Amino acid sequence: MIKERDEMSRTTIIPFGPQHPAFLEPLNLSLKLSEETVIGAEINYGYNHRGLEKALTSDFRRSIYMCERVCGICSFFHSTAYCQSLESLFQVQVPERARYIRTIMMESQRLTSHLLALGHTAEAIGFESLFMQLFRERESIMRMVNDISGNRVHYSMNAIGGVRRDISAQQRSDIVSRMDGLEVRFEELAKIFEKDPTIRARTVGKGVLTPEIARSYGVVGPVARASGIAQDLRETYCQGLSFRPVVREEGDAYARSMVRVEEILRSIDLIRQTASELPGGALNIPFRGRPTGETFTRLEAPRGELLYYVRAKGTTDLERIKIKTPAFVNVAALSAMVPGCEMADIPVITVSVDPCICCTER
Amino acid sequence: MNGRREARSPWILHFDTGSCNGCDIEIWALLTPKYDVERFGMMNKGNPKHADILLVTGPVTKKCASRLKNLYEQMPDPKLVVACGDCASTGAPFVGCYNTCGGVDSVIPVDVYVPGCACRPEVLIDGVVMAVDKWREITGASSEGARS
Ligand code: SF4
Repeated sequence: MIKERDEMSRTTIIPFGPQHPAFLEPLNLSLKLSEETVIGAEINYGYNHRGLEKALTSDFRRSIYMCERVCGICSFFHSTAYCQSLESLFQVQVPERARYIRTIMMESQRLTSHLLALGHTAEAIGFESLFMQLFRERESIMRMVNDISGNRVHYSMNAIGGVRRDISAQQRSDIVSRMDGLEVRFEELAKIFEKDPTIRARTVGKGVLTPEIARSYGVVGPVARASGIAQDLRETYCQGLSFRPVVREEGDAYARSMVRVEEILRSIDLIRQTASELPGGALNIPFRGRPTGETFTRLEAPRGELLYYVRAKGTTDLERIKIKTPAFVNVAALSAMVPGCEMADIPVITVSVDPCICCTER
Repeated sequence: MNGRREARSPWILHFDTGSCNGCDIEIWALLTPKYDVERFGMMNKGNPKHADILLVTGPVTKKCASRLKNLYEQMPDPKLVVACGDCASTGAPFVGCYNTCGGVDSVIPVDVYVPGCACRPEVLIDGVVMAVDKWREITGASSEGARS
């Protein structure tokens, strides 16, 4: 009898991806199942590797364009991190006005990114109307950044030493009024995320990451903050503005969504503060010559800490660029989250870490 | 399968072959209230065996090339391919990257090229509608009955 049962519950291996309706991007999970329960997962990378770290070294001026193409969801963070690296090599101090404009653009992109992640979660749960409502809000931000920068995805606003486009007084009041409207509408949606029984049933207690395991995987961003690790680089970047990181203790898919929900409200607040306090002055400082030396830059991207390492030797081409993206560590932590869950929970758990494969594999 | 074809509603499959995600999120924007491509009689589905139109983004990395071919072969005839964005159309920003093939048409035949980096939703709608018209031509369905 026991033997028979053993045979019935043989482990099966199910491939999940690279093309799968729940994934936007090519990621492959080999799931090891015992009946319906997942007992292990192996993550296969490399479908999206284009070789960008090599391509970025070709010309330090052209790389501003290229590094936005590392990732379309957090493009502005990549170009900001890159420009900050070169600014520290050229030892130029970015004007205050440019720093504020960068903050507005970064926080707007964080809004689009978090709304995408939440919408994706709603879609994975099967909550179609919530998905549509979140994307309607997202579209209003896309239009706002389109008005400011002329682009919806790759803003092309950064330059070494500052920014290339200004924000007019008219646009400032437009930003503030849009944020006021968004806040009211989003608070309604936030309530759904917090209280809706379907969402709770599908996310509470799913894919738990304890603080110890979170630390051992080195996770960053909302995934770390949902596991009780209070770490947010914006505390130092947004000096002079009032900002507090969002932290939760549960470590499950629900907590990760709720961290994003609250971060959206904080970002709205930050954009409003920056837009109304925008200081005057120059937009960018010119630099001379070619870069030499090496430098590290860290930035809080929507998915967590983004790190750029740049080494240059006084020529037009750079010697080495190393990018460590937040999704790289967060996706790896999936293999600690899925054991013990049901096969049907895999899409929700995967989406809750907000995987970004184009960043991860570059 | 035939019933759907008589109803003249093509189903869409989307595959990312190494894009920067910029064009993918614009494809997602198409499905949402502001643009809503379903009004043109098409639906996004995840299954290659049910799909008529394949939307591809990305310059096709070497690891994805065989997967893309495989997906294309699983789709029933007649089928159309839309290359979304500059990098899917020509490989553009990633030309010379050591791990890319340079455009979708280096792996499978392409019917419609949508320009832009990232391509704007309006242009994407143009491209997809063009593909739907072509598909209706091939299948002999008139576009008149499309909205019925
Ligand atoms: S065309 Fe440009 S925006 Fe679109 S996927 Fe390619 S690199 Fe990204």
